[in-house]
Amino acid sequence: MNKKIEEKQDMAAVDRILAENRYSKAKLIAILQAIQEEYRYLSEGVISHVAGVLKLPPAQVYGVATFYAHFSLKPKGKHIFRLCDGTACHVKKSHGILNALYQRLGLSPEKNTTDDMMFTVETVSCLGACGLAPVMIVDGEVYGQVRPEKAVEIVETIIASEKNNQE
Amino acid sequence: METENKFVTVNGIEVKIGSERNLLELIRKAGIEIPTFCYHSELSIYGACRLCLVDIEGRGVVASCSTPPEPGMVIRTDTREIREMRKINIELLLANHNRECPSCVRSSSCALQDIARRLGVGDIRYKQRIKMQKIDKSSPSLERDPNKCILCGDCVRVCKEVQGIGAIDFAFRGADACVVPAFKRDLGDVECVNCGQCAAVCPTGALIPRQHQDKVWDAIYDPDKIVVAQIAPAVRVALGEYFGFKPGENVSGKLVKALKMMGFDYVYDTCFAADMTIWEEAAEFIKRLENQTDLPMFTSCCPAWVKYAEIYFPEMLPHLSTCRSPQQIFGAVARKVLPGQLGAKPQNITVVSIMPCSAKKYEAQLPKFTQEGNPDVDYVLTTVEVGRMINSMGIKFEELEPEAFDMPFGFATGAGVIFGASGGVMEAALRYVSEKLNGAPMNNLNFKAVRGNATRREATLTVAGRQVSVAIVHGLENARKLIMEQKAGKCKFDFIEVMACPGGCIAGAGQPITHSKKVREQRTTGIYNADKSMQLQKSQDNYMVEQCYQQHLGGCSGCETAHHTLHTGYTDRSGIFKT
Repeated sequence: MNKKIEEKQDMAAVDRILAENRYSKAKLIAILQAIQEEYRYLSEGVISHVAGVLKLPPAQVYGVATFYAHFSLKPKGKHIFRLCDGTACHVKKSHGILNALYQRLGLSPEKNTTDDMMFTVETVSCLGACGLAPVMIVDGEVYGQVRPEKAVEIVETIIASEKNNQE
Repeated sequence: METENKFVTVNGIEVKIGSERNLLELIRKAGIEIPTFCYHSELSIYGACRLCLVDIEGRGVVASCSTPPEPGMVIRTDTREIREMRKINIELLLANHNRECPSCVRSSSCALQDIARRLGVGDIRYKQRIKMQKIDKSSPSLERDPNKCILCGDCVRVCKEVQGIGAIDFAFRGADACVVPAFKRDLGDVECVNCGQCAAVCPTGALIPRQHQDKVWDAIYDPDKIVVAQIAPAVRVALGEYFGFKPGENVSGKLVKALKMMGFDYVYDTCFAADMTIWEEAAEFIKRLENQTDLPMFTSCCPAWVKYAEIYFPEMLPHLSTCRSPQQIFGAVARKVLPGQLGAKPQNITVVSIMPCSAKKYEAQLPKFTQEGNPDVDYVLTTVEVGRMINSMGIKFEELEPEAFDMPFGFATGAGVIFGASGGVMEAALRYVSEKLNGAPMNNLNFKAVRGNATRREATLTVAGRQVSVAIVHGLENARKLIMEQKAGKCKFDFIEVMACPGGCIAGAGQPITHSKKVREQRTTGIYNADKSMQLQKSQDNYMVEQCYQQHLGGCSGCETAHHTLHTGYTDRSGIFKT
């Protein structure tokens, strides 16, 4: 663990995903989603490669990749915290949770992934679970009515289990 | 089928629906100039600028560019609501705009300025964005100032749709949205071919050709420098527009006079070099035709097309004529001949090109076009830049007495002049090839079949009993389609002329801004009128060119010195996409 994602990516998975989508320009978004699923982000190399194979201008693929908040052009951490900052969560003080996570992990809006590539903290506009506000998703698992202490506790649990795995 | 005419009502007046693809065109036909930024009749409809709003009874306010006409529509183009909406749009754009208008090169040819004035925008009620972004000056041809971009997307669509490239596109969203090359790289580092059509359609100064007026003034004011100019064919039929002449009016004599007044020592004609190009290129074609090698042959005068081929079709590079473009032939010959003729050191001769084109700025700075450290062409000015220089000196251009070009490089035939219009290089070459293959002098060598406005024109000619198939395309997307067909064996041409800009050099990015097809046609007509008014029509009859070969280029076309001076090679640039 604690290994940084290799800058130079093996394009085999990208080529497989392109083939699965029959090299269709119309499926660009689906292709980028599948690639991000695999690598956790879209590197310049990957975007150029996809553009080249689909015969699209790289600027166009870059445009799509930067338009959707879902796509990340920077490597993401192993564990992803998605904190809802929609209207309901916002009024239920989601910012307190965000600040607690930022403080615990040394992150900020400009730097949302830890140097050891372990954690990424991002906000999303609405998770559609306003009744549970404030809501957070950690590695796919939904937590409702989260308080700042709870969020930090989740972080500590992950750190502890990562340590155990290493030993 | 209903046969009666169908109408809409525009501001109370009945207007007949014809073949207009949208309400905007219909309303403009009815004589109301609806303001737009993002609408161009030759590009796809985008509907982003929200200025072409109209009120349709029962439907409310809609964008007329993206609404098809329907019979019975009752339309108002100007209500209090629409007027207010348009004004707010302009105010918002101006709030985000770097309003350094007096020092902007697009001042007075700026659509934002023009529309703001027309709509009477006074106060701007929104706070100006403070954070300025970097101006991209990485390209030798173009300058990109994001602080003046209004996100209309005209540049994005012309690059993608007309040139088939897509070097720039929208990225990010909302308040962060911007038009950038991939990965926010600099324009000089991506697949841009420098044609500048993005700058030609840009409503503001967000994309402009690089400006080199100051460097030329420096050379003029330097007492040690002899400054010589060459004037490209298409410049003479468009520069007049800058001074209120009709499009297509040939002002070459006045331009020569103006340049002399500014301090240029000698003024020559690129058409001389174009004639020389034909001596080389047409001879090259005859050779390829006889040996049946590397056909089709492509013309190589357009540096945007050459770079496009280098990036996208490196396997086709052997098919490009190795002949230099007229600009570079002029430069090479001037560097060779002028030091002796003028008794000056090569480094003290400054060669300035006056071109309708932004890509010529790129071409001139290529390292392969230098001799002993001196670039063959030192500076390239656009038509508009020269107009600005003339203006800045206070010369009353319209009142100038025409003056003749200097000799020997000021002597040209009509074949050299028609290089400025799409189809011209082909016709000039055919005038040469048909007479040479025929083996005897021929008269009336006009090839009307290769003229016209269609983006692709084809002709099969019988030359000395032999069938020669030729094609002319403009717009690089059209070139791409033609190459793909040729590769697939769907067509078999012997000779193909490619120009990047719509209509050829007459619509280059260095010309006065116009979005009118009619203006382009008038310029083309001006070119063919200039051809008719010349003493000679065939490049092979240019005895000054012949003399130049004898005295300076080893004797004749095709000999070693001539080949070395007048030809070039190409570079595979397909690696530009590799990271």
